[in-house]
Amino acid sequence: MTEPAALAPVVELSGVSKTFRSTTVGSTPVQALTGIDLTIRQGEFVSLIGPSGCGKSTLLRIVGDLTPVSGGTILVNGKSAERARRDRDYGMVFQAPVLFDWRSVQGNVELPLEITGRPAGERAARAKAMLDLVELGEFTGHQPWQLSGGMQQRVAIARALALDPALLLMDEPFGALDEMTRERMNLELLRIWERTDTTVIFVTHSIPEAVFLSTRVVVMSARPGRITEIIGIDLPRRRDVETRELERYFELVTRVREALRRGEGNAPVGGQARVRAEGLSA
Amino acid sequence: MTTEPVHEELGGPDPALAEAELELAADLDAIAPRRQGRAAGGSRVRVRPILGSIAIVIAILVVWEGGKWLGGDPWRFKSILGFPVAIDYHPPFAWKFFSDLNFPHLWVILEAFVRRDSNGVPVTVLLVEAAFFTFRGALAGFILGASLGLGLAIALVHIRLLERSLVPLLVASQTVPIVAVAPVIVVGLKAGWFGIALVAAYLTFFPVTIAAVRGMRSADQRAFELMRSYAASDREILLHLRLPAAAPYLFTAFKIAATASVVGAIVGELPSGIRDGLAGQLLNAMQYYSIQPGALWAAIVVASLLGIGCFALVVLAERRVLRNYRPTEPGAAT
Repeated sequence: MTEPAALAPVVELSGVSKTFRSTTVGSTPVQALTGIDLTIRQGEFVSLIGPSGCGKSTLLRIVGDLTPVSGGTILVNGKSAERARRDRDYGMVFQAPVLFDWRSVQGNVELPLEITGRPAGERAARAKAMLDLVELGEFTGHQPWQLSGGMQQRVAIARALALDPALLLMDEPFGALDEMTRERMNLELLRIWERTDTTVIFVTHSIPEAVFLSTRVVVMSARPGRITEIIGIDLPRRRDVETRELERYFELVTRVREALRRGEGNAPVGGQARVRAEGLSA
Repeated sequence: MTTEPVHEELGGPDPALAEAELELAADLDAIAPRRQGRAAGGSRVRVRPILGSIAIVIAILVVWEGGKWLGGDPWRFKSILGFPVAIDYHPPFAWKFFSDLNFPHLWVILEAFVRRDSNGVPVTVLLVEAAFFTFRGALAGFILGASLGLGLAIALVHIRLLERSLVPLLVASQTVPIVAVAPVIVVGLKAGWFGIALVAAYLTFFPVTIAAVRGMRSADQRAFELMRSYAASDREILLHLRLPAAAPYLFTAFKIAATASVVGAIVGELPSGIRDGLAGQLLNAMQYYSIQPGALWAAIVVASLLGIGCFALVVLAERRVLRNYRPTEPGAAT
């Protein structure tokens, strides 16, 4: 484990379960999550990966108090998830940018600052700083719909960082982007993460993305949604394009993939792993 | 040919019609998609709808006067604008549909505008004054109705229970013919001018309520979750998300409401006994229709111009307010 035990836990989940009760008469409740135990410490970058329906997004939403739990306990910054949300302890980034069309790029980043009642001068300065951080400083006056998909998602990240949250929750933020843009965004996100010292929980369905970004990868499986393995990523902390070419990177990609297969109940035999990893990163 | 003087008579540009064409163009332009930014939406986009509107208006006038030329009542001129002529035209057919009573000649309608009343005041001045009076009632009604409609929508969005109980009543309110409701409001309340505004409001609130409810719920579910992640209050969600998201829907409703408010104001004036508005002019002209059909048509032209004008005002406001919104595709929301 690369997890530094000395640092304070930001998210503590124990025995968390979630059951969706369908409103349709006669249908059985769906067990979305069961027996989730996970502690995430300050400064970690944790990816949740798994097949669709494994509850990885639900788990993220539970941490953000956007979905109530059915059982177990959650602590965010040592508080209940609701208290943490009310204290604006986390920033959220969805798969879609969810920018407000009627606000300028700057206005969108100022929104959370406006709601928390910061004075106008501070708002403007902070929003500009965040937009500079995501390298969109020149686009403050644009409307969001005038930007490309990747740029819009960077605005969403700037907005999520505006309140300087201890925790960043990202729900497949680059899922809708093309591969080239996604890789560039991955690098940018790492750079931001290094500079802001935020803790990140990152939901993805991309194995290379999870390995490249994370300090730990949480592998989940479906029916019922549960954690099957947690893989520490012992790549050098400072990562760049060359990281993707390291032997260790391919090994880790293979480990995650095999963990995913085992979770589905059909573990692969080793040997060909290296070839598959190369095929995937190409 | 005997018809030539007719063209001469119609040769000059008719200011009312020209205005109608302009307003109609704005009307059509409003239905056309909004363009990116102000610069891109310049003259190129606007010219074609105007030309199209002019063409349509001209086509209607051609059919109108052409029908009369083919099958209307005979006409005779001894002088035109003081010049002596001898025109005695008999159309080849006799269609009742195009009689002078159904479709007076365009020059008869134009003449109605320049005629003076018994006090020597030009009819155009009377009509414009009446239009302003009606406009005041319509505007007050619009503001009242739009505020009421929006207020109701905000209540409906926030109190789920209200939707089930109140919406059927609102729908029922709109099935009652306005001509039946108007006397109850105007005569019953004895509210005079304010009563007229109330009738106009009665016609305007409903589309605003329906559109606003829909618009306030139109935003992406994740936008609401984003607001939740900021621990935003209901009031902040309303101000920062629901209302801005509803704005394009609201303007669609405002366009309907703007024209409906003019109809409402006129219908409200009818039983009120107040003769200062367009209803007074219409009633007056109706009494003399068999001898002076042009007067009623003149009043109709002014009433419709008022409606188009109100519509155009909403369109102008929309352009201003929604200028930063994502341009919509043709046929969307508008």
